Amino acid sequence: MQFDRRGFLKIAGLTALGLVAKPGWDVFSKIESSEPLPTPEPFAKKKWGMAIELKKCWLEEGCKDCIDACHRIHNVPDLGTLKEEIKWIWTSPYDKIFPEHEFEYAGEEHQHKLVPILCNHCDDPPCVRYCPTRATWKREDGIVMMDFHRCIGCRYCMAGCPYGSRSFNWRDPRPFIKKVNLEFPTRTRGVVEKCNFCEERLNRGLIPACVEACKEKALIFGDLKDPESKVRKVLQNRIIYQRQPELGTKPKVFYVL
Amino acid sequence: MYDGKKIIPGLILFLGLLTYPIWHNTVSGKTSYVPKPELPTDKAKKECVEPKTFIRVNHKTLLEDWKFSVVRNGIRTYQASNKKVYTISLNRTCMNCHTDKTKFCDQCHTYMGVTNKCWDCHIYPKQMAKE
Repeated sequence: MQFDRRGFLKIAGLTALGLVAKPGWDVFSKIESSEPLPTPEPFAKKKWGMAIELKKCWLEEGCKDCIDACHRIHNVPDLGTLKEEIKWIWTSPYDKIFPEHEFEYAGEEHQHKLVPILCNHCDDPPCVRYCPTRATWKREDGIVMMDFHRCIGCRYCMAGCPYGSRSFNWRDPRPFIKKVNLEFPTRTRGVVEKCNFCEERLNRGLIPACVEACKEKALIFGDLKDPESKVRKVLQNRIIYQRQPELGTKPKVFYVL
Repeated sequence: MYDGKKIIPGLILFLGLLTYPIWHNTVSGKTSYVPKPELPTDKAKKECVEPKTFIRVNHKTLLEDWKFSVVRNGIRTYQASNKKVYTISLNRTCMNCHTDKTKFCDQCHTYMGVTNKCWDCHIYPKQMAKE
């Protein structure tokens, strides 16, 4: 058999083509990776907020329905000590929450009554600015979210939060949870946690657990962008209090007396 | 070779002892051990979100993407390559079929010496029944 230059090149070319065919086919016949479906409702359309009607809240003394409901649903442990306490929603006396309302001779009877407090979901959240890993961030609908996967437990956010809304897991919380809710994960040691405005419930079209649990309907939740929403109606023409408004964090939890 | 009669059997004995772990594991069948993750027997649970070949290689990135999608973007549905739409949830989707992680996840992970921290926080359905 004899090869001239032309013949050799032809056969070499065909061989190369043959060798490329299989890998080439594999590349183009790959399964197309599918994209997640877009959300039915973009976050930016809403702005979640909460109003707390204190007069209604004080109707029943010692009521802890909202706290119990929240902590049960979110697997919040009860460690028993104040130092290691984990809290998503809790209470504090009025004069501690609103020290600027404490006037001499006012003699107001509600000074020592307990006020429910939770993460304020600030418009300008200091915790987000402090977080070095972006484990916490503000969603477009106003919810200050936490990514427990990403939290390294440095506690800068706790130092940054002027409201003390964040708690740190000093130890494995699981043994301290009375009854674990399988629908929601627990946390692990070395992670900071806080109220998430029941983001997982909102996604399913439910209102936050604390709002649902309140018998007196003292907690009102809704979309602040919608002028017809319940929160906006409650806040209309009322004197609104916020925790430390002078800090400019613009809390999204409002108190009305 | 001087003392060849002693050196050669000695060498053979030495090599034999040196390679003892290999012989031992071959004879006891440890080297031919293949992890057997238990697949759900239920017919309705036969199909995974993605084909087996894809899941085998990419289950870690898929889970990572799912986590990102839910936590960061709030997107809780996933359109698989078979055009079916699944809820993104470790517990409600993955563990709904693979109910016991010790019989599924751990089979390969233990064999490969892989540790993951999923279950520090997430709870698999069978776990609570045990504790």
